[in-house]
Order: sequence, then structure tokens, then C-alpha cells
Amino acid sequence: MLAPISVNLASLNFITLSPMLIAIAGALGILIIDLVKKDLDKTLYVILTILVLFVDMGATLGLTLNERGFFNVVMIDGVTILGELLILIASMLFIPLALTSKRFHEYSYPEYFALFLFMIAGFQFMVASDNLIMIFVGLETASLALYTMIALHNTVGSHEAAIKYFTMGALAAGFFVMGSAVIYAVTGSVELYDIAKVLQERMGEPGMMVPIIGGAMMLIVAIGFKVSLFPFHTWTPDVYEGAAAPMAGYMSIVPKIAMMIVAIRVLGMYIDLGVETVRNVVIAMAVITMTLSNMMALVQDDVKRMLAYSSISHAGFVMAAIALDTTKANSSIFLYYTLFLFTNLGAFTLLWISRHKDKTHHARYHHPYVKFAGMIHIEPVAAVIMAIFMLSLTGVPPFSLFWGKMYVISATVDAGYIWLAIIMGLNSAIAAYYYLKLIVYMFLMPAASKARTVYNNRSLALEIVIGIAVFATVASIFYVQPLMHYITYLIGASGY
Amino acid sequence: MNDILSVLIFFPLIAGILGLVVTEKSIRAYGISVAAVEFILSLWMWFAFDPANAGMQFVKRIAVVPDFGISYYVGVDGISLFIVIMATLMTLIGIIALNIKKDLKNMILTLLFLEVAMVGVFVSLDAIIFYLFWEFSLVPMLYIIGAWGGEKRLYAAVKFFLYTFAGSLIMLVGMLYVAYVYQQTTGSWSFALTDWYSLVLIVPVQKWLFWAFFLGFAIKVPMFPFHTWLPYAHGQAPTVGSVILAAVLLKMGTYGFVRFSLPMFPDASVMYITPVAILALIMIVYTAMVAYAQKDMKQVIAYSSVSHMGVIMLGIFAMNAEGISGSVFFMLSHGIVSGALFLLVGVIYDRRHTKLMSEFGGLASVMPNYALIFGVMLMASVGLPLTMGFVGEYLSLAGFFKISPVMTAIGGTSIIFGAVYMLSLYKRSFFGPVTHEANKALKDLDAKELTALIPLVAIVIWLGVYPKPILQPIDNSVKALVSFMHEKAQTPEAKNTIVVSKRTKEAQ
Repeated sequence: MLAPISVNLASLNFITLSPMLIAIAGALGILIIDLVKKDLDKTLYVILTILVLFVDMGATLGLTLNERGFFNVVMIDGVTILGELLILIASMLFIPLALTSKRFHEYSYPEYFALFLFMIAGFQFMVASDNLIMIFVGLETASLALYTMIALHNTVGSHEAAIKYFTMGALAAGFFVMGSAVIYAVTGSVELYDIAKVLQERMGEPGMMVPIIGGAMMLIVAIGFKVSLFPFHTWTPDVYEGAAAPMAGYMSIVPKIAMMIVAIRVLGMYIDLGVETVRNVVIAMAVITMTLSNMMALVQDDVKRMLAYSSISHAGFVMAAIALDTTKANSSIFLYYTLFLFTNLGAFTLLWISRHKDKTHHARYHHPYVKFAGMIHIEPVAAVIMAIFMLSLTGVPPFSLFWGKMYVISATVDAGYIWLAIIMGLNSAIAAYYYLKLIVYMFLMPAASKARTVYNNRSLALEIVIGIAVFATVASIFYVQPLMHYITYLIGASGY
Repeated sequence: MNDILSVLIFFPLIAGILGLVVTEKSIRAYGISVAAVEFILSLWMWFAFDPANAGMQFVKRIAVVPDFGISYYVGVDGISLFIVIMATLMTLIGIIALNIKKDLKNMILTLLFLEVAMVGVFVSLDAIIFYLFWEFSLVPMLYIIGAWGGEKRLYAAVKFFLYTFAGSLIMLVGMLYVAYVYQQTTGSWSFALTDWYSLVLIVPVQKWLFWAFFLGFAIKVPMFPFHTWLPYAHGQAPTVGSVILAAVLLKMGTYGFVRFSLPMFPDASVMYITPVAILALIMIVYTAMVAYAQKDMKQVIAYSSVSHMGVIMLGIFAMNAEGISGSVFFMLSHGIVSGALFLLVGVIYDRRHTKLMSEFGGLASVMPNYALIFGVMLMASVGLPLTMGFVGEYLSLAGFFKISPVMTAIGGTSIIFGAVYMLSLYKRSFFGPVTHEANKALKDLDAKELTALIPLVAIVIWLGVYPKPILQPIDNSVKALVSFMHEKAQTPEAKNTIVVSKRTKEAQ
């Protein structure tokens, strides 16, 4: 006979759930509007989505630090708040990109925007929990919505991308569940704080290291798939290529941030416990990821694929910081991704502006380097902006990503990994080549063909988004201090 | 007055941004006026400079990222003062002599942005701000070489960028490590050089940091074996690009050694005198031989400029006041002389669109003024007494004599080799009969070119005869630097090596 469960409503602490609930309510609202009246324009949905995100951001900022709620599975700490804020900022920059001057298939469905908000709720669950099951539920909610959104782009490439991503994502999900199962078998819990306690006690038992490390490895595989670390990165360029350009930019940031927060929580726990194997594996994967994807990016003909490989490399760069597990390293991850968010989203958006429906320059690619040849003469402003983004990605000061790079390398040096810092430095130098290649094409090559590079997809919304990205990239020197301060405060407050 | 350095840094930046409004037709006048104002401002700084004060002057410090110890921190002393003035002068001369037609506006604005970076590097006293300007200087130069260069300009431009960028990233790791040690020692973050000077690093740490910084600076100098980017860059760059590159950008490397490596790692610097000197000697002798083998006039000057940078390196690693003052002075004279030589090659290239020596001969009879100025600059490059080139080269070598007479003797061959390749260049191009029909109708220097070149000739002779007004402030600051290094050195060898110079200083 089961004892009756009595739940005190106050103990649920629903306020901790408010960001996700707002997103879900917004998504349902959009579906209901669609149900009541058809033929509404996408502009309505875009603005509604932005407003929902705005309220969501207010709710996130209103959260109190270090609270738990909803049967203790939701945890609000500094990392949660940072993660949710980054997700919301990136989303608010991303969704106006639907207001293009050309029609695209996906934006004609209101469901697209509902899915988008469900996805955000999923990511928010992921970053706001230290319960492996809850993380998994969030991950799957977000991923399934994301697969659909990619497929909605409705080109041959996007279908391929969605299916590839789905298959790989399913595999990753499988690994995540198996890893959680192994951990549950060892510790009898899926709550990270319980797991840490039990692992601490049982670590000394003979033969115990095998399941502990085995479980950790499965989780690393799952994280590796989602963050696209070597050797689980192979899906990334194809998926980015198939997806719409802003979607690719979005995917290079938000899902990765969410998964990195999971990595900070899960892998951080192992590293705190002194399981050096985990640390070494993560460092090795990070080093190989950044080096190998840099090499691959060197030989790409397509700018979008190049940016895909470059974002893999950036992820590898940041994963190395996760392995260090110091407060500074964890802060540097967020600093890096905040700055990376604006630059990378801006770069992908510029590709979106210069989009052709038919492939005028290359049989296979939408954005081959040739397309950008002599852009300074055709579209000087766009060329200069793109060059700024490229220089920022290279890490040339005073553009924003320099500060992120510097801070990550500094955290690495502080943790005593000077060799790793040097590898990071050399990788940045290799990366400089392919970013420069684009600059060289834009500024120093004569326009290759008479075919005009028509910037036919431009609209005010896109220009505003790019304007914000440029401002964030150029003026970084003025806001790095408060940003760094805020991030360090939040990370320090949550004890990482 | 304390803000003069900020004005110097940001004036060209603002002028460069506002210059976007100026039309193509008037842009040359705009560029010349801005560069002239900047030059006058730098002269004004010199007049306000107190030559008796060996320390940093016009210091300004504003916290930028206080949590991480980064501040906008600028100041100037005798070592950097004249390099800044030379940078503004050479930019002015470069813009006056500019003769490209294509995209003139972009070129002039790029030069102004480059000037920001150049002035910024030499007045920064905060490592991150230094690094910021240091890296930023690559971008305009990449554009100058890549957009207005010769046939292989893209290769040259990218090679230039990647080489320097790779080296400086390793240097950045070194800088971050120094800041970390500083934070461990004092409890607070700081990237200010003056704070770093007070940091006494243990010798093993100094050793690896020395090489980390060495890589960043040596690629820029460029030291053998990292020099391969330079002939390409020079070969492909337009005249003004070569002038700025040789005159100012290369000096960033040697300046970095004086500003960072010596005072921060005195023990490691003394310990590595021999390997560095050997590299410098290879650089001197090998590139001098390569210079002799060149058929292209510009390549001769490019290699000769590498060879002379070797002498500057020897002077810096002499670890005494003569050597370091000499090499700082040599940086100035090398800047002016090699800048002028590149301008002169540009003059003939504009007229004939070739730089091959075999295409010329007998130019002295067709273009007497040109031949005269070329001759003066060539003699200064070789190091003829009573020209500016002699003072620096002599002092650098004299300083290094105290370290090793044998190596100094090898280094001294730079004067002989220099005479060989330079005079043979002069003979093949300027003397003898006029063999090519096309050369008979060549016009001599016009007013624009004379305006650019005559001031340089005047400076070369003035400072060759009477270097004291410049040498004095340099010497003051260098002596302070040397005695500081002596104080700070921990190992007995370092103390001994650096003390030699101190005794001579007192004897003077």
C-alpha cells in the first residue's frame, strides 16, 4: 500500500519555473491564434515571439540566486541565469531574421514560431537543472523542435540536414540515457548532488572506477555529439550547410551553450571528485577538436562550411576551459560565448542577406568564396562589416572575441596548463588563415564574374540585427569590464 | 600637456574616420595636412619633453578592465620618444611621396589607421594595450600590401600577417603568464609594464618567458630564421608600404626587446646573449650575401635592411649603455635611411616599371639629383662617418665589443658587405654608359619627390654630424634601464655582464 503523496504547493516554488512556463504559454498562445484565425502575417508572430522572449527575460532577471523548486529538480544558480540570458539574447537576435524581404517556406507556418518557443523552454530546462532526467527531457524537447525547424526550410539540403541531425541526436540521446543509467546503477540517484556524495564514498571500492568512468564516458559522448567535439563533430558542417544561414548561426551558439552548461555541471562534478581520466579525455578531445576542425576549415570552398568548422573549433577552444574547472575558466566560457554570440550570429546573418535562391556561382554551394570576390567594390559596407566579424573571430584586438580568447587563455595559464595555452595560441594563428582568406577575397580580389552579387534579402530587421552585432563586436572594450564582473559574480555565487 | 600622447594616438584615428567624408579629389591634401599636424604634434611633444628626466613622461593611466588589471596606460621616455617622431615623420613623407592612382582615398585612410597603431605601440605601457596596437597594425599593412602590391601580393600579404600573428600569440601567452605571476605575488591583476618591472621572476620562469616573448619580437624584427616573410612583403608592397614597413614596423620588434625582454628578464637575457648573437650574426652575414646576389634593386635594399637589423639586435644584447643607446639610435637611422632608399627605388620604378638593375646603367648622367640623393642615402646605409648610419652602427658594435670581440668582428663585416652590395648596386645602375634607350628620356626628381627626400637627407647629415640632441635623451633613459637591470639581476653572470657597462658609465 503506497502512502498518499501530499505536495505542498509552496514547496514547488513555481517561480523558478517561470521562464520556461512563459515560453510554453507563449507557444500555446501562438498555436491558439493560428487556430482562431488563419492567414495572419509572419510579422505578427515574429513580434509576438520577441515580446514573449522579452517577458521571459524579465522573469529570468527576476529569479533569486540559489533557489530550488519543482520537486527539487529545478535549480536556479548563477550558471542557470547566465545560460538562460544567453539563450534569450541569442533568440531575440535570431527571430527578427525571419522578417526577410524574400519569402521563405518555414516562416509561413505559425508552428515555426511555436516550435521555436518550445525549443527555448527545452533549453531552459536543460540549463536549469542538475537532475539527469530533467536535463534529458529538456534536451529532447529542444532537439525535436530544432530538427523540425531545420526541416521546415524545405530544401533538399535542409531535409538531409534535419535527418542527419535527428539520427545523430538520437544516438547522442541514447548515450545520455545509458550514461545516466550506469550512474543510477552505481549511485542510486539521478540528482548530481546526490551522485557526487555517493561517488565520493564509493570511489575507493575495488573495481568501482570502471562503471564510474564508463558512465562518464557515455555522458561525454552525448555531450560531444551536441557540442560537436571530435570525433562526434562530423554532422555539423552538413547540417549547417543544409539549414538556413541564421539557423546555422543559431545552432552554433544556443544548443552548444546549453550543452556546455550541462558539461560544466556533470563533468565539473567528476573533475571535482578527482577523476583525472575525465579531465584528460576532455582536454584531449578539445585539443583534437580545435586543431582538426581548423585544418578542415582551411580547405573548405564554401564560407558557410568554413564558418561551421570554425564554430566547431571555437567550441573545442571553450571545452578546454571546461576541463580546467576553475571559477575563472568557467567565467571565461560565458564571456567567450557572449562575445562569440554576437560575432558569429552577425557573420551568419550576412550570409543570409546575400542569399540567392539559385546557385549562381557554384554548382553545389550557396556561399563559395568566389561569390565574395571584390565585394568591397560592390557592397563596401557589407564587406567592411564582414571583415570586422572575421577579424573578431580571428582574435585581432580590439574586436570583441579577442577579449574572450585572452580570458580563456589566461584561465588556462592560471590553471597551470601552459602547453595547452600555447596550443590554443597556435590554433588561433592557423584559424587566422581561413578568416583572412575571406577578407582577401572581399577586399583584394577583383570581382570574378559579371553576375551581380545581389543582396536581395535585406530588410530593416536584418540591418538592425547586424547593427547590434557590429556594435557589440566593435565597442567591446567599453563593456568587457561590467560583463566580466557580472559573469564572475554569478559563477562565483553558484560555486563553480 | 599630459594628454599629448592620447591626442597623438587618437588624432589620426578620428581624422581617418572623418576622412571618409572627404572626396577622392581632395584626399591627398587632407592626408598631408593630417599627417603634418600629427608630425607637428609629435615635435611639440619633443619640445615639452624633459631630457634630464630618464623616466616615463606624459604618463596617463585610465582603468579599462579593472577586474583584470587592464588599463589604458601610456607614457614616453627617451627610448620611445624619437621612434614616435620618426613614425609620424615617415608617415608624412610616405603620404607626400604617394603616387598611386588607384583607390587613393582608401590608401590614405589606411595609412592614417596604421599611424594610430604605430604611435600606440611605442607609447603603450600596458601589455594588453601594447598587444592591441601591435596586432592591429597588421590589418592596415595587410590591406596595403594586398591591395596595391605587385603580382604575388596576396601571398605576400597573407604570409606577412600569419607569420607575425602566430608569433605574437605565443607572446600573448607569455604576457598572460607574467600577469598571473604578478597576481600570485601581489594579489591583484595588472598588465602595467611599470608594475611588471618590479616583479622579480625566478630564472627558470624567465627562461621560457624570454623565448615566448622572443618569438613574438623576433618574427617582427625579423630575425633569422623567421625572416622569410620580409623579402616577399617588401618585394610585393607598394613603395609607401615598404617605407613604413622598413622604417617603423620592424622597429616594433627591436623596441619590444628593449621595453619588455631586457628589463623583465635580465638574467635570461644575459644567459641567452650567445644564441641570440649567433642568430643576429647569421642574419648579418647571410642576408648581406643574399643581398649581393639579388638582381632587383628593391630586394637588395630589403635584404640590406634585414642585415642591419642584425646589428641592432647585437647592440641591444650588448647589455650596456653604449650598445643599447646605439641600437636605439640605429633604429632611427635605419628607419630614415631604409625608408628613403625604398622611396628612391619607388621613384625609378614609377618611371620605368621595373626594378631590375640590369635595366639601368648610367642613371647618374640622366638624373643627377636623383643620383646624388641616392648616393647620400647609400653611404648612410653603409655607415659612412658623418652620416646618421655611422653613429648607430658604431655604437652598437662598440657596445657588443665588451661582450665578445670576435663576434663583434664578424658583425663588423656588415659594414664591408654593405659597402660591397650597395656600391655594386650603385655602379651597375648609376655609372657607365646609358645602355637602354628608355633610360635616356628619364625625368629627374620632381618637386613632390624632392619635398619628400630633401628633409630626409638633411636629417641624415645633421644627425650624422651632431647626434647629441637625440643621443642625449636616449642615453639618459638607457642608462636608467641598464642600472635597473643591474639592480634586478639575480645570477652573478648577469650582474657581472651588466655591471661592466655601469662602470664605464661612471667613468664617463
